[in-house]
Amino acid sequence: MFGYEFYVDPSRCIGCQSCINACAECETHRGTPMIHVDFLDRTNTIATVPFVCMHCEDPTCAKVCPADAIKKTEDGVVQSSLKPRCIACSNCVLACPFGIPKMMTELEQMMKCDMCYDRTSEGKRPMCATVCPSQALAYVPREQIERLRREKPTNTFFFGKQKVTTKVFMMIPPEQDALSVDVVDYMWEEKA
Amino acid sequence: MKLFRPAGKEPLWKDEFSINRADEQYVSRRQFTKFLVLTSLGMFVGNVWILARSWFRGTPVYPEKNICRATDVPVGGVWLFRYPTEKDACILIRPDEETYVAYSQKCTHLSCAVYYAREKNRLECPCHEGYFSIKNGSVLQGPPPRPLPRVLLERRGEQLLAVGMAVQEET
Repeated sequence: MFGYEFYVDPSRCIGCQSCINACAECETHRGTPMIHVDFLDRTNTIATVPFVCMHCEDPTCAKVCPADAIKKTEDGVVQSSLKPRCIACSNCVLACPFGIPKMMTELEQMMKCDMCYDRTSEGKRPMCATVCPSQALAYVPREQIERLRREKPTNTFFFGKQKVTTKVFMMIPPEQDALSVDVVDYMWEEKA
Repeated sequence: MKLFRPAGKEPLWKDEFSINRADEQYVSRRQFTKFLVLTSLGMFVGNVWILARSWFRGTPVYPEKNICRATDVPVGGVWLFRYPTEKDACILIRPDEETYVAYSQKCTHLSCAVYYAREKNRLECPCHEGYFSIKNGSVLQGPPPRPLPRVLLERRGEQLLAVGMAVQEET
């Protein structure tokens, strides 16, 4: 599906976990969801945010992999680790700024969202985007998302000094251009 | 390989182990040509070296060595000895009254020790069932690629001597 992009809108997530169950139905990793639905601040709010792999242009997970097991395909999708190469060292799990890779301890292999490569490579939408009732996860053309949404899609993130550009877009408030996260901001509660 | 790479470029390992799947398997024309040239050069030099070695190698000289007395070996019996050095096991066989033959005991396949099978009148290697002829050491059956090297014998009175090794052609 040429021109289709993945858009994640945290403000639309209702925490229904449909995406988790849809992801777990996939034949390539049956029973194990690769998507994350996280509570933002569980003591104060019920707000949740879904996280698929953002498929970075310069993937940190692949750069830190000592076994050369994580590869990016020509369409910009960062694949799960290659089973014969992965040594289950968890470097990628620790390095990913978005916290996406999952260490499957029983398989001794890292697995992560590959944007349903079996589906998207032949023109189908990813599982999670097909089931999301509020379209917090949307796989649509750019014109459509700009026409229908108030928020602005961005694929530029700052983690401290690291600039990350991704294939997947995040919907952010229209007055912002990029999303900036500094871990230090969250380290002391009384700072704010 | 650093000699061939312009300075300031990414290190070679980043090229070889690229994150992108397509780049990982990519071989540029220059790389391929370099590989071809270097490998052919290597093979050429190797061949020249082999040629030079065979030119300058003289015929090997073997010592004379007493094995045993002819009467020590009964008809149909064997006598084990070492020739030309202490590390080369050989076997002397007396298949009938007048005949004495000796071969290296190392099977030409994987160097197991061959033994004399008297009822079949041949040398047998137990490891992979390679059989050798008693007449000239040629391979009768099995995986050995070459005949057994033959030890040249000489009889002086009652004494048997080893005087050399015969190079045998492949069968």
